Amino acid sequence: MKRRVGAVYPHLTPLFTPSRFWDLKRRIILDKRAERLCASPENRMSDASILKIEGLEAKVADEDLPILAGVDLEIGKGEIHAIMGPNGSGKSTLAKVLAGHPGYEVTSGSVLFQGSNLLELEADERSQAGIFLAFQYPVEIPGVSIANFLRTAVQAHQADGEELDIFEFSDILTERMELLEMDVTFAERHVNDGFSGGEKKRNEILQMAMLKPKLAVMDETDSGLDIDALKVVASGVNTLTEEDPEMSILLITHYQRLLDYIEPDRVHVMVDGRIVRSGGPEVAHQLEAEGYRGWSEADSVADGV
Amino acid sequence: MPQNETIQDLGLDEYKYDFVTETEPVFRAEKGLSEEVVRQISAHKEEPEWMLEYRLKALDVYNSKPMPKWGGDLSSLEAVLDEIYFYVRPQDQMERSWDDVPDEIKNTFEKLGIPEAERKILAGVGAQYESEMVYHSLREEWAAQGVIFDSIEDGLKNHPELFREHFGTIIPMHDNKFAAMNAAVWSGGSFVYIPKGVSLDTPLQAYFRVNQERMGQFERTLIIIDEGAQAHYIEGCTAPVYTTESFHSGVIEIVVKKNARFRYTTIQNWSNNMYNLVTQRSMVHENATMEWLDGNLGSKLTMKYPSCYLIGEGAHGEIMSIAYSGDGQHQDTGGKVVHVAPHTTSSITSKSISKGTGRSTYRGLCKVHKGARHARSNVECDALLINDTSRTDTYPYIEIEENDASVGHEASVSKIGEEQLFYLASRGIAKDEAMAMIVRGFIEPIAKQLPLEYAVELNRLIEMEMEGSVG
Repeated sequence: MKRRVGAVYPHLTPLFTPSRFWDLKRRIILDKRAERLCASPENRMSDASILKIEGLEAKVADEDLPILAGVDLEIGKGEIHAIMGPNGSGKSTLAKVLAGHPGYEVTSGSVLFQGSNLLELEADERSQAGIFLAFQYPVEIPGVSIANFLRTAVQAHQADGEELDIFEFSDILTERMELLEMDVTFAERHVNDGFSGGEKKRNEILQMAMLKPKLAVMDETDSGLDIDALKVVASGVNTLTEEDPEMSILLITHYQRLLDYIEPDRVHVMVDGRIVRSGGPEVAHQLEAEGYRGWSEADSVADGV
Repeated sequence: MPQNETIQDLGLDEYKYDFVTETEPVFRAEKGLSEEVVRQISAHKEEPEWMLEYRLKALDVYNSKPMPKWGGDLSSLEAVLDEIYFYVRPQDQMERSWDDVPDEIKNTFEKLGIPEAERKILAGVGAQYESEMVYHSLREEWAAQGVIFDSIEDGLKNHPELFREHFGTIIPMHDNKFAAMNAAVWSGGSFVYIPKGVSLDTPLQAYFRVNQERMGQFERTLIIIDEGAQAHYIEGCTAPVYTTESFHSGVIEIVVKKNARFRYTTIQNWSNNMYNLVTQRSMVHENATMEWLDGNLGSKLTMKYPSCYLIGEGAHGEIMSIAYSGDGQHQDTGGKVVHVAPHTTSSITSKSISKGTGRSTYRGLCKVHKGARHARSNVECDALLINDTSRTDTYPYIEIEENDASVGHEASVSKIGEEQLFYLASRGIAKDEAMAMIVRGFIEPIAKQLPLEYAVELNRLIEMEMEGSVG
């Protein structure tokens, strides 16, 4: 697949084709902007970091309803992080804010994605930059086939002005569907229209496989799945992370059971719009045993992100 | 998303048929509608006496009928009609070869892609420029099988009995004010006859072009599909954009005989200064099928309700329509199915899209007469609103006189949702493209029925219309 090579492997990029040039130039502008905005030395992130969230506060747009109350989180390249927390703790809001949902307004804090200020980008630009959100409730687009939808999406990820080769696309789609053990006729169905819960989630994974993000945020991908569907989805995700060890994942879930199939490097607990505890996989087991009862800001032990 | 902020840049300005050709008509009647204009039209066409009488009687009927109070806003129409040229004769005769059509007129149709489409996908082509058909041609193979595809004038001249047997019987002059107007001043249109058992495998097409400012076009089409025959007829319409209003009022009469099958496709893309008031009706006989595929994209106001009168046992009627209303446009469209005979079936599927200050109205009738036992009908109308200022209304009339009729009606109104747009954005798809994709998906069930070339063109139009539709 012709991806934005310039963005992924700048050292491999021929410098003088116009689209590459603009792509690089845009990156430089964004980087500079990010530098300017986050100039203090402690805001610099290490090369291994893909996402750095600091003091992020957000509310529902047009309402005075704060949901995120100072989130701090750093994810390294190739790492898998999980955020757990009770209903209404702000997990899904964090996912949507990262993806650029227009219904939320960031009131404070910063988000650096690959060193650039993510919050300046529109949702479609964030996707093009390498962020993917697997939806908790994937949206129906009646009358639009998955193949057509994916072709448009992949085209949007091409470097400026580069035309997607339709035959090449078709080959890649077939190959990706085989990888995820999906029937090729699935591509002719209309996006999420009349899909079962499991089909919707598999469709999200297929999109992820086609767009090859650098950071995939998976919002309760396990909800509404029976154990067989969960295994299929988890194995899809694992296949993709094996294929691209640099891909980072942020899993948002209520339950330990997803983490039995996709093993996280770090687990965070979110309560009342803040991360109140971070640790290794053992945190999830502890939560599973004890529940969220007793987690409050007072006894939070954020052990240094 | 601040959708209402963006109304001002909902560019409908990219209407690609907005070009004018400098042509000198050979004759142009005085402005407005009068007995003299009617007589002049009839004289130019060298018509038999009965037709002149028919026209004059229709003029009386027109004058006696009040302007309709329902449908779209016709309050300023009377003033518009006083300024309209009802008859403009662009050339003296109709040609059978593009080579003989005057260059300016030929170039117009070249720009519209008609001769090319004729070479590629059509069985026959008719082209009307202002008030007259300037070109008509049918592939030799079909002519040899007795197919008639001609201008309505030549139909009257060369096939007087067949013509008179059906003309004005499906849509009588008393039907409505504009049918009466058309009956008085009709000019141009097609005469089609498909003989028994003949199946055309490619469509016939008629293209209607209004070029001059303040022009009125009144084509009249009569189509007879004989027993067991099959055909598909496509009608396309465009005009340049003028500041003054123009007027188009066609009458389309169709007879589909026993076991025959016919589809009539319209892609109306008039400029936004056009009043488009058309009466289209079909009589469907025993076990025959009639399909209307009606695409209304342009015009200032369109009032058009293609109808199927199911008069033979087992007859089937189908109406599929897409209406698109942009800023300042009103599409008042729908369909009528009238079940007269037993075991008749019908369906109406209507999809409308309203953008900016556009307004779409679905107006439909499903009538089951006494004696139409076991009739089945299904009506489905879906409206999509793009902006907060867009409007849609639904007026489904259902009249049932038989107990065993099965009639279903479903209506839905949806707005392009923020969640849909966000979903597409989260896949890297920009807003304009996302809008176009949602709209294309919305009309997909009907668009897929179109010949490929037209479906592609429709998609392109929608993309163009959706540019800049969200902020």
